[in-house]
Amino acid sequence: MTQENQGKTSQEMIRLVDIHKEFEGETVLNRINLSIAKNEFVTLLGPSGCGKTTTLRIIGGFEHPTSGDVMFDGQRINDIPAYQRKVNTVFQRYALFPHLNVYENIAFGLHIAKKDSKEIKAKVKASLDLVDMPGFEKRPIRSLSGGQQQRVAIARAVVNEPKVLLLDEPLAALDLKMRKEMQLELKNMQKQLGITFVFVTHDQEEALTMSDTVVVMKGGIIQQIGSPINIYNEPENVFVADFIGESIILEGRFLEDCLVEFAGRTFPCVDKGFIPGQPVDVVIRPEDVDISADPAAAMLQATVTSVVFKGVHYEMLAETDQGQEWMIHSTTMAPPGQIIGMSLKPDNIHLMKKEVQGT
Amino acid sequence: MKRNWSLYPYILWMVVFTIVPILMVLYYSLVEAGGGFSLTLSHYARVFEPLYLSVIWRSILLALVSTVICLLLGYPVAMILASSPAKQQFSLIVLFVVPMWMNFLARTYAWMSLLETNGIINTFLGFFGIEPLSMLYTSGAVVLGMVYNYLPFMVFPIFTVLRKLDPSLLEAAEDLGANPLKTFMKVIFPLSLPGVLSGITMVFMPAVTTFVISQLLGGGQFTLIGNLIQQQYLRTYDWGFGSSLSIILMIIILLSMGLISRSNTNEEGGIL
Repeated sequence: MTQENQGKTSQEMIRLVDIHKEFEGETVLNRINLSIAKNEFVTLLGPSGCGKTTTLRIIGGFEHPTSGDVMFDGQRINDIPAYQRKVNTVFQRYALFPHLNVYENIAFGLHIAKKDSKEIKAKVKASLDLVDMPGFEKRPIRSLSGGQQQRVAIARAVVNEPKVLLLDEPLAALDLKMRKEMQLELKNMQKQLGITFVFVTHDQEEALTMSDTVVVMKGGIIQQIGSPINIYNEPENVFVADFIGESIILEGRFLEDCLVEFAGRTFPCVDKGFIPGQPVDVVIRPEDVDISADPAAAMLQATVTSVVFKGVHYEMLAETDQGQEWMIHSTTMAPPGQIIGMSLKPDNIHLMKKEVQGT
Repeated sequence: MKRNWSLYPYILWMVVFTIVPILMVLYYSLVEAGGGFSLTLSHYARVFEPLYLSVIWRSILLALVSTVICLLLGYPVAMILASSPAKQQFSLIVLFVVPMWMNFLARTYAWMSLLETNGIINTFLGFFGIEPLSMLYTSGAVVLGMVYNYLPFMVFPIFTVLRKLDPSLLEAAEDLGANPLKTFMKVIFPLSLPGVLSGITMVFMPAVTTFVISQLLGGGQFTLIGNLIQQQYLRTYDWGFGSSLSIILMIIILLSMGLISRSNTNEEGGIL
């Protein structure tokens, strides 16, 4: 289901077929169908309680689906216990063994696999180099900072050379700067090792930065699967549009192919195929609103109500004469009270089928 | 330094009920019978007579056997308790604790009536034509009494440690390829060692000093060091010998505790 294969022939690594999961009668995963290719970096993204972690735990073997199949490298692995699966996990709070030092933690899996002690030593050293912590072998876990523990957790997982690495919000406990660094490092590591990564996060920016494919989930249902660009630019529904980045969501009416009415006038757009007269949700990214100091020449007029400086851009709120509030991201600033003109290019107007209330 | 007045009641308590009695015992163990201040080591010399050494050895052996049995029985019980869901956990613990509310002596007498030649167990076996077994007044009965009475002291410290064990550590072990047995050996057991050690301490100490269990369930045959001390104080009025036995017993306990805490710090160094 990956819509873009980045030019590679995609060999399937994991396939989830109609996965259904209930906890005490409550459905937490509903008909999950997902295919993950070899060497792909897939992110499961969604708010808490959306089922992303449960999906990851089903792949890892820590949860069992109520129905549906988990396929791994072409084989059904539903009944294979976690300790026999060729996947390794980086846990959310690292789960390092407190009674073992760094070396013993990383060597744990290799010892279990009864590897030769020379080989273990070399591999542990290589993996500590990989996570940029050479010479930390003898350190007790207690003496490590959060970021260092996180790196050891990654080293402990990748040293076993799994076919798939599962990462359960591994960066959530780090501060912003460290998180950004680790995002890039993880991405590089994935390319370097050639391992399939399945990454769980609730941070949409993290998902967009790192992934080949993003799987947006809500309420146990996959909302959209696509590349970061695809997800951001072509959200399939209002939830995805709202969850990924900021959006202006307006009620509109589809008139005919490439023509839509909202905010009190008609706009040319690029969407086709709705029923003429059908109510639609119109999604516009705040950075796609072009503002000008010449209101008369623009499509819409609005009065600026607030301005916040955000670093790269200004975030402005403007109220149209119809009383709608628009959020605008722009590098040019208009002071509060000023009347501005707003214009939209046809391909920046995204039409979506109206969401049924309550979903 | 600031004086912490709230400590004074504690210090007073310690002095009156611990330090002074120990000093008194030490005094009696070092002076000639009949009081006075003429120092002697004769009481200690008697402790090392073969007869008494065998009593000390038997006490340590029976206490060790009971401790090992308590550990073998108690660890699985603690695991079952720790892994049961919260609602059941409470009722299981209550079931486990309720017998402890009954008087220690009453419970031990109950075992006597169960084990004696015309007791309940033998009567029951008699229905199947089995000859009465002599179970009471054996070393087995003494060990049984110790295990029965002290098992909770093994279960609870282990249970407390296991309950606090982070379940994600077990998942991590499983994730790294460890089957349930290996997970137990390499993660669960090493991490539960503090509980195991305090359980061992809490069972071994009362077991090595008991005199009630050995008296009731062992009859006269199984004199332990506790019985010996009791006899010196209450029957033969040889306080000097009783005191020296008490001091020796304290030294044995201190040494074994020292050994245990030493092995604890060693374990911390490295398991793999």
